Amino acid sequence: MQVRPEKRERGKRRRVKNDQEAEGRERDEEEQTKIKSGKTTKTRKNEKSRKTEKEEGEGESEERNTKGKKKHGSAKKEEKEEDGGKRTVKEKAQDVKKKKHKKVVETSSEQETSEDNSEDNEEEDNEEKEVRPESLSPEELEKLKEAVDERKKLIQGLRGKPWPMKKKLVTLRESQEFVEKYEGALGKGKGRKLYAYKVMMTKKWMKFQRDFENFKTACIPWEMKIKEIESHFGSSVASYFIFLRWMYGINMILFGLTFGLVMVPEALMGRPYGSIPRKTVPRAEEASAMDFAVLWDWGGYAQYSVLFYGYYNSQRAIGWLKFRMPLSYFLVGVGTVAYSYMVVIRTMARNANESGVGDDNSFNFSWKMFTSWDYLIGNPETADNKFASITTSFKEAILEEQESRKDDNIHLTRFLRVLANFLVLCCLAGSGYLIYFVVRRSQKFALDGLENHTWWERNEVNMVMSLLGMFCPMLFDVISTLENYHPRVALQWQLGRIFALFLGNLYTFIIALMDEINLKREEEKIIKFNITMWEASLYNRTVLENSTAPPITIHPADVPRGPCWETMVGQEFVRLIISDTMTTYITLLIGDFLRAVLVRFLNYCWCWDLEAGFPSYSEFDVSGNVLGLIFNQGMIWMGAFYAPCLPALNVLRLHVSMYLQCWAVMCCNVPQERVFKASGSNNFYMAMLLVILFLSTLPAIYTIVTIPPSFDCGPFSGKKRMFDVIHETLESDFPAWFSKVFSYASNPGLVLPFILLMVLAIYYLQSTSKSYKEANVELKKKLQTQNEENKKKNKRAALKAQMDLEEARKAASQAAEQQNNNASLQEEENGEENHGSNQRLYHSKNGRNPPPAAGDQERQPPATRAPVPRTYHHGNHGAPGYLPGFSRQSEPRMYRVPSLQRH
Amino acid sequence: MGTTASQLGKDLLSEYQELTFLTKQEILLAHKRFTELLTKDEKDLPNTRIPMERILTLPELKSNPFRKRICHVFSTSEQKDGSLTFEDFLDLLSAFSDSATLEIKSHYAFRIFDFDDDGTLDCGDLEKLVNCLTGETDDTRLTPEEMRQLISNILEESDIDKDGTVNLSEFQHVISRSPDFVSSFKIVL
Repeated sequence: MQVRPEKRERGKRRRVKNDQEAEGRERDEEEQTKIKSGKTTKTRKNEKSRKTEKEEGEGESEERNTKGKKKHGSAKKEEKEEDGGKRTVKEKAQDVKKKKHKKVVETSSEQETSEDNSEDNEEEDNEEKEVRPESLSPEELEKLKEAVDERKKLIQGLRGKPWPMKKKLVTLRESQEFVEKYEGALGKGKGRKLYAYKVMMTKKWMKFQRDFENFKTACIPWEMKIKEIESHFGSSVASYFIFLRWMYGINMILFGLTFGLVMVPEALMGRPYGSIPRKTVPRAEEASAMDFAVLWDWGGYAQYSVLFYGYYNSQRAIGWLKFRMPLSYFLVGVGTVAYSYMVVIRTMARNANESGVGDDNSFNFSWKMFTSWDYLIGNPETADNKFASITTSFKEAILEEQESRKDDNIHLTRFLRVLANFLVLCCLAGSGYLIYFVVRRSQKFALDGLENHTWWERNEVNMVMSLLGMFCPMLFDVISTLENYHPRVALQWQLGRIFALFLGNLYTFIIALMDEINLKREEEKIIKFNITMWEASLYNRTVLENSTAPPITIHPADVPRGPCWETMVGQEFVRLIISDTMTTYITLLIGDFLRAVLVRFLNYCWCWDLEAGFPSYSEFDVSGNVLGLIFNQGMIWMGAFYAPCLPALNVLRLHVSMYLQCWAVMCCNVPQERVFKASGSNNFYMAMLLVILFLSTLPAIYTIVTIPPSFDCGPFSGKKRMFDVIHETLESDFPAWFSKVFSYASNPGLVLPFILLMVLAIYYLQSTSKSYKEANVELKKKLQTQNEENKKKNKRAALKAQMDLEEARKAASQAAEQQNNNASLQEEENGEENHGSNQRLYHSKNGRNPPPAAGDQERQPPATRAPVPRTYHHGNHGAPGYLPGFSRQSEPRMYRVPSLQRH
Repeated sequence: MGTTASQLGKDLLSEYQELTFLTKQEILLAHKRFTELLTKDEKDLPNTRIPMERILTLPELKSNPFRKRICHVFSTSEQKDGSLTFEDFLDLLSAFSDSATLEIKSHYAFRIFDFDDDGTLDCGDLEKLVNCLTGETDDTRLTPEEMRQLISNILEESDIDKDGTVNLSEFQHVISRSPDFVSSFKIVL
């Protein structure tokens, strides 16, 4: 940094000299060509641009304030000067715009140093500008446009430049001024109005965009909360809350879809409650339909409302809008799934782009070094933890590097790992069986009638699932200590196991539900038969009694109806979500809050230190919480088709947990001891979400496609399959040709090739990406070998030069010996000295030459410096005597010329 | 907020928005935080510099081991005392903001890590860097042997042209492949 001022001085002096010359020339030219103004402007500009180029080179060298580059920069400038000289001869007209552009950079970068100079320029510029619009040919105007565009680009890219603000401001102002002036000039002509208009519009558009961007960021909720957590716990804990917020956003959209397109239309325009059997509470349940216990179970009035599938009517179009309710219901169901897929995959792709090649291990140490500090940490305690964890990670990495897999007792670890996996498998199987057992039992209870059983027996399924989800991970944690894995690997195993547990539980639950669906469908058949009998008897009775009487109206509550398995499925899912939410909150309160309170206050009267010792405060379990969130979302996706209220419930739940967990984290958790990286696992979570999404849409799609809907409830009643609603719409709402086209398009003959094409495309893209990766590796190798070769070549050249010099020195010393025999002793020492300095001479000649190894560097100076006075004397009368004193100061600079930039 | 908005001026505000990666709200917040650091009589003067000691009292920087380096890098002061003007402060926040590009982040990271300001990361810089990362206490410090090993490993990996130092382009090459540099090189007010 210290170098700058003097450097600038020097640059200025040089520049002034150049300018004087240039201006002199200019003046001559001006005098000659004052009459024909059009063309001379160009030449003048060339002159100026030459200057600017030079000065730009100067600016660049100022930029890099390294000592080593000083020389490099000035060398470049000299080149530029030469270039400029050539150009005076050649006079290239097409360079005009480029130079103009460059001038902006220059004037801003060295405004203090050459103010007078730039003022001159300005004045001349102004003159030119006034002349320009009338006298310019369209060709030149085109160039001008390009120049203006280039300025604009400069303005846009300005924020990405690592300059201090002052410089940026000056550049911005100048180029804005330029753009405005020239744009005004451009807008004067006839056909250029459009251009001016376009420019104005783009300006407006930019402003609007910026405002919109500001508005968007202002709309993102909980920014401050998350920031606070980030500063206390680092980015990994915050990543959970960001994930939660993201999830909240998605659920908001799902909720908007189901609420706006399904629930509200049905509630407003559909037939009111009590008009038809499916919209009425049956007579048998009427008495208890408003009881809280029943409502809590989502029975009674809750069951016969817009919240569940069964309430919807199969009427094709409802209300004055002729809203196609069944179609809308179906499309929303498909749309939510499609939207979720889209969002998840898009996010994954973006993450993959950002993270680049994820599992590249080649910069293990450097990454640890350069990227391990989390700049968001603002809490001293977290900072201490981070220090400790970085130190351990360094030590681990070093140890790993040194030992490189030295296992002492491989048999024992292997045995223990197998044992651990066996235990985990047992746990998984046990939990699966338990759930299956419980679900079967609950079916028996349901057949008996729920009222005869206790609360526990009614809620057994959900409670067991939640409890298993709570305690099995702890068990896994205990088991995993047997395995003695590296913590990172252990974490992955743990996550995988919990994932398997949740998945197993969910699928056992679904299989049990399937059983139940089948049971209900059997029941439905019987009831259907009964109903026809009942109707027939009703009809017969009326016929027998009085054939002229009006048909008897039966209250809808009295009409017998089928079991409606869809509503049952929806209810199960809603109950599951509710109990899951409850357990999450209760564990939070007991496990975190109560524990923190106990530890805090019992610590005063306890025999050991509770805060530092056994119970201590809990840490925030990022992976467990993320997994819980993911599975919760999976259940939403699965059940949303049968219970349109699910997204709404989930939004509520996420909203509450945002606040509750934020509070809990800040008040009763301590920062993690092992602060692990958030972003690395981001896509891992996303991948899990995708898997869950796929697995949860599978059963939903299966039921939609294969099982016929109930005959007397839901929007699809009376149809053979749910998706028949599409056919129906195609046939009745679209022209005939459309359905024909559609039927052709859905022909397997067309669909199969299409799928094949997609598979091929995927294969192609994958192989290209693979080849790119390979090319990358190749290039890196090449770069390395080239560098090594360069190094060798340089060494050889250095050796040769050294030999030559040695010979020259010998010859000279022989001559000296002849002249002065007494100097023989000094001669020998001098040999050493020359050896060192020759090498240095070489370095200075060849800027990109790598320096000798660090050890050499350290060793050389004392060896060379000690005999300096003597060699100096000697140098006065010896031939190669100028060498020892050569550029000792410049030596370190030369080493530091970056070689990569030149390559 | 109202006073800060009027103090900053509409044109300047929009120019700052153009020149940084910050949004309007962030700039206003930064201005508010910055003026809070000023003393009474400094408030009336335009373009005041806040000395480094007072900047470092910001909670966002307080626990950062590179806090002094950050101030030095972003300071435009002639005395090299690490004092910041409001514009320097905005530069700092812009480079550390969420939407800043990888290039600008890596550029400033390099300058922060370059302790002796000579344009390359040599052994001395790396050693200081390691010491910053492992904290001040002795029990977390690495032994000299470990340090040597670590630095040689790092040079092995990232010193592509084998000149014994890591220069800017090598550094950017390494950083650009890192999965979590952009997400962790962040300071939010």
